[in-house]
Amino acid sequence: MGKRVGLEVTVAVAEAVALCRIDMAGVYPITPQSHIAEHLSTLVADGKLDAEFVTVESEHSAMSAVIGSSGAGARSYTATSSQGLMLMHELLPIASAMRLPITMAIANRAVSGPLNILNDHSDIMPQRDAGWIVVFAENGQEAIDLSIQAFKIAEHKDVMLPVSVNIDGFQLTHMVEPVEMPTQEEVDQFLPPFVPHATLHPARPVTMGAFAMSDYFTEIMKAKDEAVKNSKKVILEVWDEWEKMFDRSYKPVETYQADDADVLLLTMGSMGETAQLAIDELRAKGVKAGLVKLRLWRPFPFAEIKAVVKNAKKLIVTDRAVSFGGPGGPVFSEIKSALYAETQRPTIYNYIYGLGGRDVTVHDFVGMFEKIIADTGNVAADTYVFWGVRE
Amino acid sequence: MNIVENFDLYAPRLINKKELLSSGHRACSGCAEVLAVRLMCKALGENTVIASATGCMEIVSSMFPTTAWEVPWIHVAFENAAAVASGVEAGLKALRRKGKIDDRYVKVVGMAGDGGTMDIGFQALSGAMERGHDMIFVCFDNEAYMNTGIQRSSGTPMGASTTTAPAGKVSSGQKTWKKNMPEIMVAHNVPYVATACPSYPLDFIRKIEKAKSIKGPSYIHCFSVCPTGWRSPSHTAVSMGRLAVETGVFPLFEVENGHYRLSPDMPKQLKPIKDYFKSQGRFRHLTADEIESIQEKVTSEYRKLTEKARFLKTGNA
Ligand SMILES: Cc1ncc(C[n+]2csc(CCOP(=O)(O)OP(=O)(O)O)c2C)c(N)n1
Ligand code: SF4
Ligand SMILES: [Mg+2]
Repeated sequence: MGKRVGLEVTVAVAEAVALCRIDMAGVYPITPQSHIAEHLSTLVADGKLDAEFVTVESEHSAMSAVIGSSGAGARSYTATSSQGLMLMHELLPIASAMRLPITMAIANRAVSGPLNILNDHSDIMPQRDAGWIVVFAENGQEAIDLSIQAFKIAEHKDVMLPVSVNIDGFQLTHMVEPVEMPTQEEVDQFLPPFVPHATLHPARPVTMGAFAMSDYFTEIMKAKDEAVKNSKKVILEVWDEWEKMFDRSYKPVETYQADDADVLLLTMGSMGETAQLAIDELRAKGVKAGLVKLRLWRPFPFAEIKAVVKNAKKLIVTDRAVSFGGPGGPVFSEIKSALYAETQRPTIYNYIYGLGGRDVTVHDFVGMFEKIIADTGNVAADTYVFWGVRE
Repeated sequence: MNIVENFDLYAPRLINKKELLSSGHRACSGCAEVLAVRLMCKALGENTVIASATGCMEIVSSMFPTTAWEVPWIHVAFENAAAVASGVEAGLKALRRKGKIDDRYVKVVGMAGDGGTMDIGFQALSGAMERGHDMIFVCFDNEAYMNTGIQRSSGTPMGASTTTAPAGKVSSGQKTWKKNMPEIMVAHNVPYVATACPSYPLDFIRKIEKAKSIKGPSYIHCFSVCPTGWRSPSHTAVSMGRLAVETGVFPLFEVENGHYRLSPDMPKQLKPIKDYFKSQGRFRHLTADEIESIQEKVTSEYRKLTEKARFLKTGNA
């Protein structure tokens, strides 16, 4: 059994990644991710981690370098946030098309402008269609666990896709939390060595990243889509295995008091724990409130979402990013389209909140419930509302 | 004896027979850039991994599901060949150290056109060279963005007409002097920097071999005649490269740990640049005065270089 330790979450993530015996890390500093880069380089400098730490000159080069090292067959890791992720954007679909099992932590932070270093999900949302597996952590323990699981999922022969582990900036990355750090023996037992299909080595020369025109492009896109969809089977297996070994359960969609709830709230990321307190408060008052927490963003867990919301009357989807002039926040529009064909489904509301680090309290969630419960058509159910905005 | 004039006689003994860039690629006829890549591969041999930028050489060699590459090769994007090569180098280093792959020395090579090196790929290259990866970076300079239709780059020479710096009623084409990329690489203090041209195959091969022997970063700037983009006859690609050297437009030299050496192929007396300009459509609009002012610059740049070779030379200076 691992030890219970109090660690800043970024440091804990770096420790967990080191337990995965990575061969190479290419990370460029950006708040609130930098402590991951710093701690990894410290582990390398102290001889505790036998890996190359490449001090790239940008995030674009960080992603390029891990693509190169992963292509060479090395277990490769990077981490970034906000502007850094935007700078990597060009390369993300290339990494997945090349089926390279890179893993990356994203310390979620608002995208400029205006420049802001605090938390929301506007960095990850524009990466939605990059063909990566995307998971969200709710607390420090999950950030560690998901970081280790990410390698196993990414490198599984039926997956071979990059994975991003999303960790809310500051709200999560900079918390000092008591976490259970698995031991090296446990991680070695859980995570087998990386056995790549093909590598950049003269022992067996291969061409990677060839150019393809209309005669093959559609098929390659379809193959990538299948790969992302099929990864869910492996994700579930890996989570099962994790639960058996560590007694901590992971599901694509988690719920809290949702079974008999009339009104559900849906969160993604670290807000889940605050929202849970709001549910307790409401339940104490006799309100049948419940919570749905989306952990797996890609591949999107359609069946699980449908199953947990079908008996509710109202569903409040919360978003931490804006789709300007669009159909609502990105999570909202996905949930709405997922439920479109269902005959039995709740009325769906969308609150956009917690942008650029705006504090969100239990009180805010209680307020959302109260507004929606009282709603008889005044809160537009087919569009989105900025929660707590000064107008 | 002049080896190049008796090339058929010497070549089989001096040049690796094995083709690592196979025929059947889609380069234009008379392309000296692909000739240079082919020679580079011969000089590098099999224990090589190449990371290529987007550009002509990538497009002509890797049309899925075919490939012209007999060595491991990766292409990711336009501006990041040096960063990808950094990662390949770091990955192979770690794997070899940990005994996860064969214990053999593999040279990592980054390659890009002038655009992928001097413009959009500049930062990634600077970073890779500064970090000191064990890699060769080769710039195949055909003096414009050829793959996308002959747009100017910072490697396009003064006065050349391109599709984004065209000659017109009030313009004489490119308005800026060619960026001095080899000197920028020298300023990175990399152990070995050289210029080369496939019109001088033995010199080029020797320089690649030299770069290969260095454990650390090295940079080779390869002048690559592009008949399509330069609007010059395709059968003259090799002689055009020789003219660029003989006129001093593209001098052949190398810089080893800060010591300059002109290639023995450099003539005692430079030919006038008009000899080089005359059969290229991209220079056709230039007036005698304009050519004269470019001539002055070429002469003075060459003088600077010869002085460096004189004062910063290798050995008992
Ligand atoms: C980020 C990005 N911008 C622009 C392009 C379009 N593009 C592809 S190759 C190229 C020019 C290549 O020029 P160069 O590097 O000189 O190589 P050449 O084709 O001349 O050998 C351009 C502009 C691209 N692929 N990616
Ligand atoms: S456009 Fe120029 S560089 Fe490109 S393949 Fe044709 S001749 Fe070669
Ligand atoms: Mg070019």
